[in-house]
Amino acid sequence: MPTAIVFEPSSQPATAPSPTAEPGAAVAPSPDAAFEPGPKTRPASAARPASAAAGTGLVSPGDAAAGAEPDSPPRPSPAVRRAIYRDMVLTRAFDQAATALQRQGELALWAPSLGQEAAQVGSAHALSERDWVFPSYREHGVLQSRGVDLKQLLPLFRGADNGGWDTESHRVHLYTLVVGAQALPAVGYAMGMALDGAAEITVLYLGDGATSQGEASEALVWAASCQAPILFFIQNNGWAISTPTRTQSRVALARRGEGFGIPSERVDGNDADACWAATAAALARIRAGQGPQLIEALTYRAGPHTTSDDPSRYRTAAEEAGWAQRDPIARLRAALQADGQADADFFADADAAGAALAAEARRGCLAIEPPRLDDCFDSVYASEHGLVAQEKAAALADGVPEAGVRENAR
Amino acid sequence: MSVAVVAAEENAAGAPPAPKPALGLGAAVNQALATALAADEKVLVMGEDVGVLGGVFRVTAGLRERFGADRVRDTPLGEAGIVGTAIGLALRGYRPVCEIQFDGFVFPAFSQITTQLAKLRARSGGRLNLPVTIRIPYGGRIGAVEHHSESPEALFAHTAGLRVVSPSNPQDAHDMTLAAIACPDPVIIFEPKGLYWSKGQVETGPEGTAPDPAVLNRARVALAAGPGRQPGQAGGTGLDVETGQQVTLAAYGPSLPQALEAAEQLAAQGIAAEVLDLRAISPIDFDAVEESVGRTGRLVVVHEAPVYFGAGAEIAARITERCFFLLEAPVLRVGGYHLPYPPALIERDYLPGPARIVAAVRRALDF
Repeated sequence: MPTAIVFEPSSQPATAPSPTAEPGAAVAPSPDAAFEPGPKTRPASAARPASAAAGTGLVSPGDAAAGAEPDSPPRPSPAVRRAIYRDMVLTRAFDQAATALQRQGELALWAPSLGQEAAQVGSAHALSERDWVFPSYREHGVLQSRGVDLKQLLPLFRGADNGGWDTESHRVHLYTLVVGAQALPAVGYAMGMALDGAAEITVLYLGDGATSQGEASEALVWAASCQAPILFFIQNNGWAISTPTRTQSRVALARRGEGFGIPSERVDGNDADACWAATAAALARIRAGQGPQLIEALTYRAGPHTTSDDPSRYRTAAEEAGWAQRDPIARLRAALQADGQADADFFADADAAGAALAAEARRGCLAIEPPRLDDCFDSVYASEHGLVAQEKAAALADGVPEAGVRENAR
Repeated sequence: MSVAVVAAEENAAGAPPAPKPALGLGAAVNQALATALAADEKVLVMGEDVGVLGGVFRVTAGLRERFGADRVRDTPLGEAGIVGTAIGLALRGYRPVCEIQFDGFVFPAFSQITTQLAKLRARSGGRLNLPVTIRIPYGGRIGAVEHHSESPEALFAHTAGLRVVSPSNPQDAHDMTLAAIACPDPVIIFEPKGLYWSKGQVETGPEGTAPDPAVLNRARVALAAGPGRQPGQAGGTGLDVETGQQVTLAAYGPSLPQALEAAEQLAAQGIAAEVLDLRAISPIDFDAVEESVGRTGRLVVVHEAPVYFGAGAEIAARITERCFFLLEAPVLRVGGYHLPYPPALIERDYLPGPARIVAAVRRALDF
């Protein structure tokens, strides 16, 4: 069996063959210019001296603490760590409230982010306000970190809209449910940033399952070809519904990036400090003109794929229990306590804020107004389209919007 | 030529007439792209081989030299990438014009077009505009190998959120290109590649002026002379209603010349045919079709795409619903058969030409 990601819980940090092996692999000189590679950027691995992290691709904030490496990854300040912790707690509280709302029949579906808070919140806190996020559909922690009111997620999962929030206000694109379909638009958005000459970066969130989509590979091709300012942040949570990562890939996902000419590394996705550090370092490389970067964050989808899923049919309780011991919130809490960076009041306050957000989620969910079908005709086209007016008139003649209400009442 | 093409709804007002060069349909698109690129720095042209080569049909020739490689972009070979990145560029405020090299190669982009491009505006509650133009050379009669002669327009017209148009002449090709780029919604232009070199006079207008996007909604009436009919008369009472020897031929893109040729042959037989250039397949101008059928009582729809679930099926259904009692015969359709596009040596048997159109008219008249 060749190298494969085997997702067993372990007390050891997950490791993978170095994604940055042979960083400067020479391209044989060719007399034909067509065979020459495009402008080559320096691989990330070449930017740093060899370190313990370089071998595994894991970024450890401990490296920085040792102070041995001038070019070592940055480390989140105490204030950033506290902000990350608070957003992780808020995300989990909201996520659990939404899961409960689905169980009570108030949401049609929910995709829990449980267990992935460090990967999501840790990475998102490394972004600047000017950067843009293209999420998948489980990035609740990213949205919380960007300042998006998470209640705006609920209409999508209640069946009241198809996911519309003001993307500009927090620079977060809409959720995308077609797995991986946001990848190419994200690259295009980054191409636009480059054309604008803006010092901005697009951060694309993908899952392990999405990396099997052809469009994900195409996005890597395009990003490399255009040297677009984009970070591919892959949360490898072990499972794509029932399909383990080893079915998706026979190599570490981080190694995929290298094949496309994109410097890549693997990070412990349950270590918020490491996720922040790796993301901050990758964004710095992109801002320095080193082209697109890729991070694979190893984490675990502690809950079901969605509330419609039953993980007990395809994975063991022992596996889940093992990962529960590596809970990212408990881990950061312990680190903050050990480093003396947060006191009991801080933790109590975060928990209280989480409880308040959960209550707000519940109130917000119940207050969602059902949409009207006749309104849907107004947002399909920005310009006049003759058929829309005719069909809207037909719908009104059919008794819309009350027709469905009568139907449901029967 | 006894056929007069009347642009009934065209804007007659405006600036003093510019010289009208005779351009091929492809050259007319090139002219429009140059106009749009010059007028708005947010306009981009992107696709496989559109830059240095100028496109496999040379439709984008000279644009890269004039506007630079950043704005006329040779892309990697991937249609999903072309459309997918165009979506992102549009979200960023650009107005990308994508070229899909051939009709049969659009399918790798089908998911991006139907699941993202078409839906994002509606999903965002109308907040997001996607001004993306996708140009697709399509249709047969060029003797090409497989996947190079197809007519997949119905697949896109079926999807809410897209506009689908197809010009039949250089003037429309020019105007539709500018109108599509100016349109805040995604527009797919199916360009009849077999007509790329068919020349016609093109009013290009002063640089920087774009036609009203409403041009994308309009059908154009082309009238064939028949008994009691003077060429060039739009509407009126010229048709000899008493004899019942009249018919509407509705067509678009590469089928328009075929319908006009059939109308010529019918005129020689004393049958007056009114030819409607639909121009748009989403939305179809049903009002224009109904109005014409009100005069003729018979309708034959012509397109290269397979008849089954094609645009003609929708037109037949709607017209039957809207003006059943005006019809003297069932609406008939002439188009491709339910086959994968056949080898080029027999494509003329597959494509709707004047003989099949005339035969269909005869069936309608004999009903």
